[in-house]
Amino acid sequence: MSDTTHEEHHDGPHASGMWRWLTTTNHKDIGTLYLVFSLIMFLVGGTMALIIRTELFQPGLQLVDPHFFNQMTTMHALVMIFGALMPAFVGLANWQIPLMVGAPDMALPRMNNWSFWILPPAFLLLLGTLFMPGGAPAGGWTLYPPLILQTGDAFPFVVFSLHMLGASSILGAINIIVTITNMRAPGMGFMKMPLFVWTWLITAYLLIGAMPVLAGAITMLLTDRYFDTSFFLAAGGGDPVMFQHIFWFFGHPEVYILILPAFGIISQVIPTFSRKPLFGYVSMVIATSAIAFLSYVVWAHHMFTVGMPAAGMLFFMITTMFIAVPTGVKIFNWLATMWRGSISFETPMLFAVAFVILFTIGGFSGLMLALVPADIEYHDTYFVVAHFHYVLVPGAIFGVIAGVYYWLPKWTGHMYNETLGKWHFWLSTIFVNILFFPQHFLGLASMPRRIPDYSVQFTEFNMISTVGAFGFGLSQLLFVWMLVKCVKGGEKASTEVWDDPQGLEWTVPSPAPYHTFETAPKV
Amino acid sequence: MYRSKAHGRWLFIGIAAAALAIATPAAADWALDFPASATELGNKVRGLHHLALIICVVIGIIVFGVLGYSLVKFRKSQGAQAAKFSHSTKAEIVWTVIPVLILVGLAIPTARVLIEMEDTQAADLRIKVTGYQWKWRYEYLDHGISFFSNIDDASNAASILGAGLELHEHYLRDVDKPMVVPVGKKVKLQLTSNDVIHAWWVPEFYVKRDAVPGTINETWFKAEKTGTYRGQCAELCGRGHGFMPIVVEVMEQDEYDAWVAGLTAPAEPEALEEPEAAVSQIAPAAAGGASSR
Repeated sequence: MSDTTHEEHHDGPHASGMWRWLTTTNHKDIGTLYLVFSLIMFLVGGTMALIIRTELFQPGLQLVDPHFFNQMTTMHALVMIFGALMPAFVGLANWQIPLMVGAPDMALPRMNNWSFWILPPAFLLLLGTLFMPGGAPAGGWTLYPPLILQTGDAFPFVVFSLHMLGASSILGAINIIVTITNMRAPGMGFMKMPLFVWTWLITAYLLIGAMPVLAGAITMLLTDRYFDTSFFLAAGGGDPVMFQHIFWFFGHPEVYILILPAFGIISQVIPTFSRKPLFGYVSMVIATSAIAFLSYVVWAHHMFTVGMPAAGMLFFMITTMFIAVPTGVKIFNWLATMWRGSISFETPMLFAVAFVILFTIGGFSGLMLALVPADIEYHDTYFVVAHFHYVLVPGAIFGVIAGVYYWLPKWTGHMYNETLGKWHFWLSTIFVNILFFPQHFLGLASMPRRIPDYSVQFTEFNMISTVGAFGFGLSQLLFVWMLVKCVKGGEKASTEVWDDPQGLEWTVPSPAPYHTFETAPKV
Repeated sequence: MYRSKAHGRWLFIGIAAAALAIATPAAADWALDFPASATELGNKVRGLHHLALIICVVIGIIVFGVLGYSLVKFRKSQGAQAAKFSHSTKAEIVWTVIPVLILVGLAIPTARVLIEMEDTQAADLRIKVTGYQWKWRYEYLDHGISFFSNIDDASNAASILGAGLELHEHYLRDVDKPMVVPVGKKVKLQLTSNDVIHAWWVPEFYVKRDAVPGTINETWFKAEKTGTYRGQCAELCGRGHGFMPIVVEVMEQDEYDAWVAGLTAPAEPEALEEPEAAVSQIAPAAAGGASSR
């Protein structure tokens, strides 16, 4: 990766080889580290998903023991959320936020280095639990007690690694907030910031609000297990349901942490390839803030079957339904941006358009899930699995991929291979639907989630879904190949890269020099 | 170039769909929707599901229609020139207010069903349901009947890798002793757990409720038709989670009475057990699950 930044500019990295990457405080280096780490975790988590889908190809247990299956579902979620998606967004933020606000670097560069380098040891611990007596955690990524307390020797390691991941996220979020608040170029008021910067600012506040809550919850789990407390143990007067309330008070903002930066990316990509300014900038900012606020008052919609007063369920149902309003505003704004534009279909735009369609499908099932009586039937079935994978895979992950294709020429100085990009897009989009759409039907036909074996009436759609999973997984190898080719060489990218794109990042040469905006640009 | 690729794509999808249709065995179950409801309340839930689905499909057709039109009509390759507008207060008010109205319209009937669903009063029969790793226990509080319900003996080996059991029609959904209830009677379930959280779920009753240690949750159903209804545990509860089926036999009242009489007449040791016994067992077992590992 060392040739992503050329040394021809007046000062490059201060060290070389491994030492450079370990000690770097440069936002571009750290962005690259985050993105490479995220890609590796994406492949690790994807492999776990393929193990799950292989076992589910047909009824009967052919490949793995149920306990190992449960470890896979748990680890797949933890790796994808904390290892693939969150670091991908932080990596994009590191690369792009200074370039987009005209800052020379992130505000707190040493802390930036630390927030990345917490991640690899945290994941070594987490993945290492697979080899411990009793195996990795198998109680689901939601860590519900009392089940999660039955984890073997891995338990304290899981808690410790989650603490590290939380610390890393909080450090990253502080850095992003300080950078955006203090280091914007003169003339760039808050309401002139690019949407990606706005969505990340709001996301960073969500992170600071949510991650400590997770830390509290898992610490209470730890003391319940080792220090004879009974926060969540009925035997000692505790309440297992209280954990679920605390967990989802973190968990629902977390959901928006995973999607708001993707909204920001899509809001950069669509105007560029529609050759038209973003429609409704102010309402985009308001809608993002509204979603962030609502994300703190909807948490119990994840737990409508735990036994709650009807008034409580109604409250959480109504707040949840109202998330559809600001989300709808965003979708309509993207449509209005494309309306009467001059649209071209380079790979980032293809992924952005697919995002708008497929995320909307995930939004529809989300609205259906808000309706309590229906949710009681959908709850913990494959309908839920289909819903959150639609918003996370062709939603959040397509957002990341769109951003990578969009900014890659700026990072590497080379255009990516457009043919490879289009192949990657079409294969991913077709297979992701083959993978997840049938899961709606499985859920409606009442297949519970998190089961390693199933009753025969679910066979057909499970087979189709597994075929889609392998198609989707293998298609991502094209992405890796495209990335390697683009880093190594390719057609030289111009400063602007695209057709008159808006934003400061398109005023610096491609590849972006190691140090940019040492003198603040004027906006 | 785009066009020829698009044709190729549709051809591919068409061939794939045709191949799939031919390859489908006649007996395959391609259920696309919620199961038919065995309860009146379930029909209302199913109706809500359909209402929400139709609203989503209509909005989807409009949104994706506009999107599709834009993608075809405003292409640079077709010589489209970009307009300059970037906001319209009128449009933004319209697409904020209309969704609010739709949501309110959807929330009102939903709230009605929810309130009916939560009304567990005036039950004809009370059954205490206790989840265990990995079986259910049913206690008929009005009759002093109590028994465990396990996956059937023939499927005991199902959770062992490579067991290779026969995949019959009710694979993983047979139990040794089903719950038995009379038809047309309001059955109130009181759910709790002996160890970790489970969830009792029979899809055709549209009833799913968590069994939480240390808590009694209540829910109810009133089956309208006799027959056998199958479900399974819906909350991840460990290694045997997928092997924890639920079967409910709904009988005519006289058959049910005979079933009760058959179990209560000879003083079975199980029937004499105090119903509270399970509650008091929760405490040590939950603690054991936590610290004795």
